[in-house]
Amino acid sequence: MDQAVDGHGGVVREEEAIQHPLGIYFKIWILLFVLSAMSYAVDYFQVQGYMRWFLILFFMVLKAGLIIAVFMHMVWERLAMVYFILVPPALLLTLVAIGSLEADWTFFQRGVYFLKELIISAPAPVHH
Amino acid sequence: MSTETMGSDSLELKSGLAGFFDDWSSDQRAFKGVPWGKAMMWIFLVSDTFIFGCFLASYMTVRMSTLDPWPSASEVFALSFGGDPIPLILIAIMTFVLITSSGTMALAVNYGYRKNKWVTFWLLLATALLGATFVGMQVFEWSKLIFEEGVRPWGNPMGAAQFGSVFFMVTGFHGFHVSIGVIFLFIFSYKVARGHLETQQAGWFTKRGGNYEEIEILGLYWHFVDLVWVFIFAFFYLW
Repeated sequence: MDQAVDGHGGVVREEEAIQHPLGIYFKIWILLFVLSAMSYAVDYFQVQGYMRWFLILFFMVLKAGLIIAVFMHMVWERLAMVYFILVPPALLLTLVAIGSLEADWTFFQRGVYFLKELIISAPAPVHH
Repeated sequence: MSTETMGSDSLELKSGLAGFFDDWSSDQRAFKGVPWGKAMMWIFLVSDTFIFGCFLASYMTVRMSTLDPWPSASEVFALSFGGDPIPLILIAIMTFVLITSSGTMALAVNYGYRKNKWVTFWLLLATALLGATFVGMQVFEWSKLIFEEGVRPWGNPMGAAQFGSVFFMVTGFHGFHVSIGVIFLFIFSYKVARGHLETQQAGWFTKRGGNYEEIEILGLYWHFVDLVWVFIFAFFYLW
């Protein structure tokens, strides 16, 4: 993470970027291919249940991590930048939590409503 | 841009967490040694993360709350090449095309910083063409779903009506991002080939002299498009 920074950030960046060997890009590239093939295999071989969820999320996180870390140069950035990028999106988890609570409630209401509709449309009279 | 001020920054730059607090509590700029264009691209990408995050969260909500069965993406996006339909094959090919383009883009950034003009040019052009291929396959996918399967944003014959609205909204927005990226990749391969980035010649669009940092900034956008696809592929197509 140590890097010398002078007034002209660009100059330093360029020299620093040249120091990235090409090899790492090819390695990550191949890894991304393999991981994509494996996540496709999850569907191709119809893995189901919790194993399917786990594998899909596992390969997704690995691929996303590799792209952000190496292709988007995040591992070479200072922490001030890394945290600014990675922390705010964590707020989306709140949205996901609210959304899933809401969805459960909607699902329940739809169940009740559609059930009632079925009963009302049934020919047999209902006692009051 | 006074060099004195930034020169004084450089004396105290710490690494790790101490550096994080130092940078954020410092005068004038938090992102030390980062070109402003790159910081701005990251700010845009974080905001774009929220847009796609909202789409995917809404998708989760409508999928969890529907009483109708969700159509099986594995079958809907199957293609037959003469024999039995291969599940999800079109989407798998699109994924590989996009990953290949991400690789050529990463190499283009690297060769740009090496000031290797022609390799950068060919890599950018390859990235643009692969991106265009992706969009072309998406056009094929959309027309197949609309004209052959009868999928509409408000309903489809396979099951839950929300399938169509989510599909068109999410993949449409992603495809739009890819299309914009392809346009800029063509513009920048032209700029690289003409040597505008070496001579710092002002562009017609921003009227400021460019350099090879711009290839890295363009690369950030392009990798982000690939990144979004990783999530769409997992949540919409595989789930």
